[in-house]
Amino acid sequence: MAPLRPQPTFPESDTQPFWDGTKNHELLYQTCNACSEVIFYPRHHCTACGSDQNTWHVSQGLGSVYTFSVIMQSRHPAFKDLGAYAVAYVDLDEGFRIMTNIVGVQDPTSDIQCGMRVKVRWEDQGDGEVSLPMFEPA
Amino acid sequence: MPQDRTAAIVGVYEYPLRVVGPQINALQIKAASAAKALEDAGFTWKDIDAVYDTGAEQGIGGLGISEYFGFKPSVIDNTSVGGSSFEFHANHARQMIAAGKCNLALITYGSTSHSDRRAIGTAGATGGGPPNFFKNMEDPWGLTLIGNYAMVKMRHRFQYGTTDEQFAAISVATRRHAMRNPEAVKAMTDLEFVGVNEISIEDVLDSRTVAYPLHLLECCMVSDGGGAVLIASAEMARNAKKKPVWIIGSGEATKYRENRGDITVSAGAQSGPVAFQDAGVSPSEIDILMAYDSFTITVLTMIEDLGFCAKGEGGAFVSDGRLDFDNPLKPAINTDGGGLSSNHPGARGIFLLMEATRQLRGESTSQVANAKLAVAVGNGGQLGSRHATGATILAAD
Repeated sequence: MAPLRPQPTFPESDTQPFWDGTKNHELLYQTCNACSEVIFYPRHHCTACGSDQNTWHVSQGLGSVYTFSVIMQSRHPAFKDLGAYAVAYVDLDEGFRIMTNIVGVQDPTSDIQCGMRVKVRWEDQGDGEVSLPMFEPA
Repeated sequence: MPQDRTAAIVGVYEYPLRVVGPQINALQIKAASAAKALEDAGFTWKDIDAVYDTGAEQGIGGLGISEYFGFKPSVIDNTSVGGSSFEFHANHARQMIAAGKCNLALITYGSTSHSDRRAIGTAGATGGGPPNFFKNMEDPWGLTLIGNYAMVKMRHRFQYGTTDEQFAAISVATRRHAMRNPEAVKAMTDLEFVGVNEISIEDVLDSRTVAYPLHLLECCMVSDGGGAVLIASAEMARNAKKKPVWIIGSGEATKYRENRGDITVSAGAQSGPVAFQDAGVSPSEIDILMAYDSFTITVLTMIEDLGFCAKGEGGAFVSDGRLDFDNPLKPAINTDGGGLSSNHPGARGIFLLMEATRQLRGESTSQVANAKLAVAVGNGGQLGSRHATGATILAAD
């Protein structure tokens, strides 16, 4: 079995609420109470106005592929024997962009396109651990 | 508007070895290069009163570097923004010289990335260090550095219809220049390139895909190396051994992943126009473009964002031999052979300043006739996630 892929590590108080949400398969993002900006990656403050008053929401987990690459060569122990795998930015319908993997395709170089609709697919990392939000064709 | 004549590059030295072996360390490369650059300029060790350094080599930091050299500078700047740090340093040195705070600034770089067998492009996130907001959101996905740039190329292809053949034209022009540069030929030989020769579009497209859609021959080498650049006040520059290469414009910016952001637009779209306005010249006047070629997509992005052509039209711009040193159309690009085919120890920005200087002195191995204006544009960090772009515009008298 391949070694575990790199995991988020804690304490890290900007992203901890996001990763706690993944344990319930909730894809969380924030909006600013003062200016309505969508805040992502998670942070304690609003990147548009500096306010520290914001609200967490649960995303529907639907979006589209903004861009991607298919990694053919990785020296990382967790990835080097995976075969070709896709890393992407996905734009969620609620207006935030996440880095993720695209899974559930036969050949990532031909089966993924920019603009393709995708939905979240949770990859649990172990009991009580975070779950990784990956995406597959919707 | 008359061009600025406040500060000039007066000495350069590119460390010739790309494979140094275990007997030479990164700091020794820096010190040896500093001495040679002083020789090039006709100044001495004791003349240096400003040190610009990323502090990255061997963990020495900003505190250790002056001690290592033995300097007591009155200006110390440890700006560290990856491979573009050196354009930031040159720009800052010009400003501090203008403010009267120093007269002779030293910028150095040294790296043993090849001898250390560092898998810079394919290692992925290796963990370590304290967590932060982006490490926690990016490390789990297995993105390699090459994959990071490949994501930008993918979006550029999608958004503008740029073709692989157009990207490959950048590699072809750069290799042609490299084959005219004996140090680049030696570098490719010592690094055991498959085929130390000029290459075709087909050669690039036939090379293996490292991270789709980037081919091997669209990616820079991993070498050892380093060098030094000296920047002097106008008074000192007039007394230097060689003719001064004036810094006439500067700009700097960062850019990062944003919700709804356009990944095909780099920080150069912010720093480039600032630098041109500062210099009082336009892209169409530039003879030499030294654009950080970590990958073909980096060059294409710099060409567009600095305004050499409209956004999205870079593919057509780089075709038909346009970038070659002997093409009458401006600008010639990466005339030393670039990071793709001459020298990339991990942070290439200092070499952009060196080759631009050689061109404006008339010393390049692919000399452009009567070259008067050059741009060095460094891109540090990773283009698809967070990066910095520093632009330095240079002029000969």
